[in-house]
Amino acid sequence: MGHELAYLSLALYAASFLCYARILYAPQLWLGRFATLLLAGGIVAQYFALLERSHWTHSVPYDDLYGSMSLFAWLLGVTYLGLELFHRQRSVGAFVTLVLVAWTVLITLIVPQAPSATPPARGLLFALHVTLNTWAYAAFALSFVISVIYLVQDWVLRSRKMSVAFWRFPALDVLDRMARSSVYVGLAALSMGVVMGLIWEHRLSGSYSWADPKVVVTLAILAVYAAYLRLSRSTNWRGARASVLCAANFLIVLFSYTFVNLYLTRFHRFL
Amino acid sequence: MPTSSTTPRTHSPRIQVALIGCNHRTAPVEFRERVAFTPEQALHAADELRRQGILEEAVVLSTCNRSELYGVTSEVASNDITDAMEVFLTSFHRIPRGELNGRLYRCMGPEAVRHLFRVAAGLDSMLLGEAEILGQLKTAYGQALDHGATGPVLNKVFQSALEVGKRVRSETEVGARPMSVAFAGVKLAERVFGNLKGRAALVLGAGTVAEQVVEHLRNRGIGRVRVVNRSYERAQDLAQRVSGEALPWDSLDRVLSTPDILVTSVSGSGPVLSRELLDAAISARGGKPVFVVDLGVPRNVAPEAAGLYNLYLYNIDDLGEIVEQNKKAREAEIPRAEAIVSEHIAKFESWRAALEAGSIVDDLRGRLQQHREMLLREKLAEMPDVSPEERARIAHITEELIERVLDEPAKRLSHGGAMRGRLGAIEALRHLFGLDEEKAGLEREEKPSSKEDERK
Repeated sequence: MGHELAYLSLALYAASFLCYARILYAPQLWLGRFATLLLAGGIVAQYFALLERSHWTHSVPYDDLYGSMSLFAWLLGVTYLGLELFHRQRSVGAFVTLVLVAWTVLITLIVPQAPSATPPARGLLFALHVTLNTWAYAAFALSFVISVIYLVQDWVLRSRKMSVAFWRFPALDVLDRMARSSVYVGLAALSMGVVMGLIWEHRLSGSYSWADPKVVVTLAILAVYAAYLRLSRSTNWRGARASVLCAANFLIVLFSYTFVNLYLTRFHRFL
Repeated sequence: MPTSSTTPRTHSPRIQVALIGCNHRTAPVEFRERVAFTPEQALHAADELRRQGILEEAVVLSTCNRSELYGVTSEVASNDITDAMEVFLTSFHRIPRGELNGRLYRCMGPEAVRHLFRVAAGLDSMLLGEAEILGQLKTAYGQALDHGATGPVLNKVFQSALEVGKRVRSETEVGARPMSVAFAGVKLAERVFGNLKGRAALVLGAGTVAEQVVEHLRNRGIGRVRVVNRSYERAQDLAQRVSGEALPWDSLDRVLSTPDILVTSVSGSGPVLSRELLDAAISARGGKPVFVVDLGVPRNVAPEAAGLYNLYLYNIDDLGEIVEQNKKAREAEIPRAEAIVSEHIAKFESWRAALEAGSIVDDLRGRLQQHREMLLREKLAEMPDVSPEERARIAHITEELIERVLDEPAKRLSHGGAMRGRLGAIEALRHLFGLDEEKAGLEREEKPSSKEDERK
């Protein structure tokens, strides 16, 4: 049943992407609403797929790569949907759902789906720590997508090579606010996640692993995104430079999510 | 585009949409002025067309670029009806027919419907895809509807036309991109700022295009508008027209950091705004973006200012080039818009065929009833022994026979989707049963009497 739900969520994300892409070229209110509805449907289907998986593992599905990546995709969808409703802006939907579809296809095709073994129970604090950190990564991924769109839009405005979709893209000001909103969500989630992780570790061992590369890089991520929020309202950084910074920050997130997890840290698998 | 030449007299379906009119392509403005209708005249003309028996339903569409009479007729000959409409139009406006000189187009049936749909889509407009015509069409139809000048056919045609207009604008790029320099400037500003409500604009100079830009900005809810000009009186004049605030020229340095949108249209030689001046203005506003529309020739803004961070500079050539790009993009969308028009014509023709199909059974029933009554009169006259009860029974049986015979074709014609599309087949049926001749004969008999009535 879990597999069927995962495939259903993929199908709904793909349909949602097609509708979002269509409204970039021929905007229709009903089609935009339908795209949002399909995305919401995909999120619900993926939620139940994750729930089923968590029943098998008796935990939030983060211990294996498939579960961790599925959780990331689900939180990316949820964060985007929240942002879309808050900013009343659907033009970014085509790009975000494209990332969602690509990500979901990747985990469906490449990663084995069955949970490997029942992980040890680590309690609610740990589950919240992992979920919040994954949510932060998803929000930063979203801010990356929006920042790239900002830079493309800025380039088009300066080069004067306006395509059909250019006139449907959100304005620079809207993209700037969306990216900042996304970073706010990411920073809040990451801060809470780090605090919960530290509390959990202290309860378990009575100490903190400040020297662990994962902790160091995570604190660096907090610092660079806080710097982005500060600089994006300053005279010399406001606009395209801030978007470059936001996009570059995500490279550190990717580094943390992949290289640090796989090769550097002593624990923190797939977080 | 309808033709202005006369079409040969043909045998046509009974329900016909007819059109005569002229537009910016067929007639110069001097002629269009003479055949234009005020809203009151349009309703009066629609009344007269119906009262004189020329049309059964009528709508008059009159804009600065076109005057068109749309109507519905059940006349067989298309030339007769468009001739009558032409005579009506010329007499209504007191124009000698000799002056028409091929300026009026006329068409019937699907071609008339296609023309209306293309008008609604903006495909027949001077500015391809312009949106104003759809509003004008809606108003003309709405007034005719309220006045009782329309009927089921024109209601269907005009409602379909409005749907075509909406679909073409929402599903294609025909009406999507700005087509004037002033509007292009405003649309680009929206690409930077999004909603312009609460934003501030500063106008340097008092040129006509600058005023058009400000009008567009006002329509999109811009907040404060300030006008600076070397002649303070001219600044005041423009500020008054655009509900803005006039400032003296020497206050320029002081106010340059306030606007989000800067429109320059100053006559003179050399740039008025240097890179340094604009750089200082952007710094003074905390690096917030500034959108500059330079409409001056020679340019009012130093070209090297284009490289300033968070300054978006467009001069008159840049905007002209964007308008040209947009024009080509709109033209490339014409086939898609035409496909929507054709789709709705097919739908309308199907609807019309269903209407025709319903009427053929009624006509056939009337014809059979006539024969039945004649036959009963003749035959029963030869049978004096038949009692009144038996006569009534025979009458009832023959009536039921007719109903049973017609029951199946009636059902098939009213529900058969495939049959609906076959107008030719319906006409063949009408011809087979002699219903077309009967109708024509009846009309011939009726017409003199109606004219006599009018004379009386």
